[in-house]
Amino acid sequence: MTSKEQILQNIRTNNVVKNTPLPDYSNFGLTFEDRFEKFTTMLESVGGKALIIKKEELDKTIKEIYPDEKVISTNVDICGLGNFDSNKEDDPHNLKDIDLAVVKGEFAVAENGAVWLKNKENRHRSLYFIAQNIVLVVNKNSLLNNMHEAYDLISFEKSTYGVFVSGPSKTADIEQSLVIGAHGPKSGYIIFVE
Amino acid sequence: MSIKHPENAAKFVANDERMHWHDKALWFVREKRDKASKSIPEWEQLREYADQIKTHTMSNLDTYLLEFEENATKRGITVHWAKDAQEHNEIVHKLLSANKVTKLVKSKSMLTEECHLNPYLESRGIQVVDTDLGERIVQLRDEPPSHIVLPAIHLKKSDVSDTFHEHLGTQKGNDDPTYLTRAARASLREDFLTAQAGLTGVNFAIAETGGVVVCTNEGNADMGASVPPLHIASMGIEKIIPRLEDLSVFTRLLARSATGQPITSYTSHFHGPIEGGQMHIVIVDNKRTPFLQSESYKKALNCIRCGACMNTCPIYRRSGGHSYEYVIPGPIGSTLSTFRAPKKHKTLSFACTLCGSCTNVCPVKIDLDSQLYTHRQDLREKNIISNQKRLGMQAAVWLMTKPALFNFVGKVARKIVPKLPKGMIYNKFNVWGKQRDLPNMPEKSFKDLYKEGLKDD
Ligand code: SF4
Repeated sequence: MTSKEQILQNIRTNNVVKNTPLPDYSNFGLTFEDRFEKFTTMLESVGGKALIIKKEELDKTIKEIYPDEKVISTNVDICGLGNFDSNKEDDPHNLKDIDLAVVKGEFAVAENGAVWLKNKENRHRSLYFIAQNIVLVVNKNSLLNNMHEAYDLISFEKSTYGVFVSGPSKTADIEQSLVIGAHGPKSGYIIFVE
Repeated sequence: MSIKHPENAAKFVANDERMHWHDKALWFVREKRDKASKSIPEWEQLREYADQIKTHTMSNLDTYLLEFEENATKRGITVHWAKDAQEHNEIVHKLLSANKVTKLVKSKSMLTEECHLNPYLESRGIQVVDTDLGERIVQLRDEPPSHIVLPAIHLKKSDVSDTFHEHLGTQKGNDDPTYLTRAARASLREDFLTAQAGLTGVNFAIAETGGVVVCTNEGNADMGASVPPLHIASMGIEKIIPRLEDLSVFTRLLARSATGQPITSYTSHFHGPIEGGQMHIVIVDNKRTPFLQSESYKKALNCIRCGACMNTCPIYRRSGGHSYEYVIPGPIGSTLSTFRAPKKHKTLSFACTLCGSCTNVCPVKIDLDSQLYTHRQDLREKNIISNQKRLGMQAAVWLMTKPALFNFVGKVARKIVPKLPKGMIYNKFNVWGKQRDLPNMPEKSFKDLYKEGLKDD
């Protein structure tokens, strides 16, 4: 008998767990009057920052926040700051010197300050982690209340990867002191455009 | 050989200052959890749902594992099955040697700890780098993690400073957490860029989509799974959930229960290899299936490893994770280990005050305190516990079945105990008395007080 068969048989033999129906989440989960305000508070509590700006102000805003970053990679079509096309690279290792990634977020979730990233047009998922800093650009109308609404919109039909990002990478493994910037980006901004 | 929790705990408690510091650090995390859970009005309903999903899954586990395998395979992921730790390690090693891997970057996985994967691979010439900062710290110190979410919670920053000075060449005596974290970041970045494979654990595996979800704050799982060409994910059979939408429940519960964060910095959904790379998933049993056959302990398999039960446990907080000598410490570790190897872990179900706090915070509603209580009876029935403990339990049971005598003994004790010389109360048979004094004896019994209370109403 293969290990697979053996495991399945062990599961089936005298399983005493009684079946229960799965829950239904329609109309479930808290909602907010001012989603942006909630989103901002949640994001700030984990070391990130959120802004709302006009579409035309994107480049200027990013330049103000990151005046010194040299190598910039972006897949946001309204952003003109990109000078490194990561999609042209065959090897994800070559992305290691990116100072700033400006990446398109599909939607944001108010209850926890998270943004969903799943870019079909982005060749290397390492871009979100290997860059020293990250800006996520989200359409202001794509701000949801909670995770139940979020998973309603998610599918993996045509993609192999997606990630919720909430703030920059961080750790509190040394005496519970919060340090922003562990392995992934050292700082993170979420910019909502209208 | 059996482990001795009381003796191990005594060593931890001997450093009074550190014990209190440890206790406070964990209580702080517990309080953050309370705040986070109170901010969600439907929290209790979420726990209810989590319990339902897990129970439903466990009763149909074979179906969901097969569905998962089928969908994962369609996505180009290779699925392997391992009945035990040995087979898991062999599969991983085979994959690594087939791909000529000399360095593996690993993100936190309690399952690989359980399987002792690191020494297995290291003895076969493969360098294994744990990349979660806490795990990296304990790895450099050659210690196991002492907590499942906060692996280095038992260490002070001066300990980390010494360790990093020795291994990473940081300045002697510099214990600034930011400085130390930056040093680890630089060294680990190098490892991410030079490793040929990344191994991650699995928080959730989705039958419906054939992908797995990994939650981290540091982004280490993603670095490891998106830079090197080979990604291996190791998962216990219990990690499966039926539908993508069920993740909404668990992603809301997990981080809030663990650290009080609204969600981890990264919640990554891996549904296939990177371009030109490979992705493999190893599904491991390793003594999990017997839980499904046990009325008393079946729910222990529902655990999502948030760590909330240890953060709140008065014993864990005061005895430290290492005192449990099991890969998972605290209340959930005590019940898992005692079920798997009762002789070896016979002291652990007694490392519990039955306060029930673990059960109250558990996001998937595992009946932890009743399981530990039941273990005690089982151990007694199987004649596993020490004579001294057994006699004590027997006497208590005998006394409690005799109400009149019980009343009388209580009355006498309330009168006599305060007058006893200290040596009679705090002797070697009273392990509890080592760190604490008995409270003053009440004048009236609980029963009398209860009766009076009834009259007042
Ligand atoms: S038993 Fe419950 S509280 Fe403890 S780690 Fe598991 S899920 Fe968390």
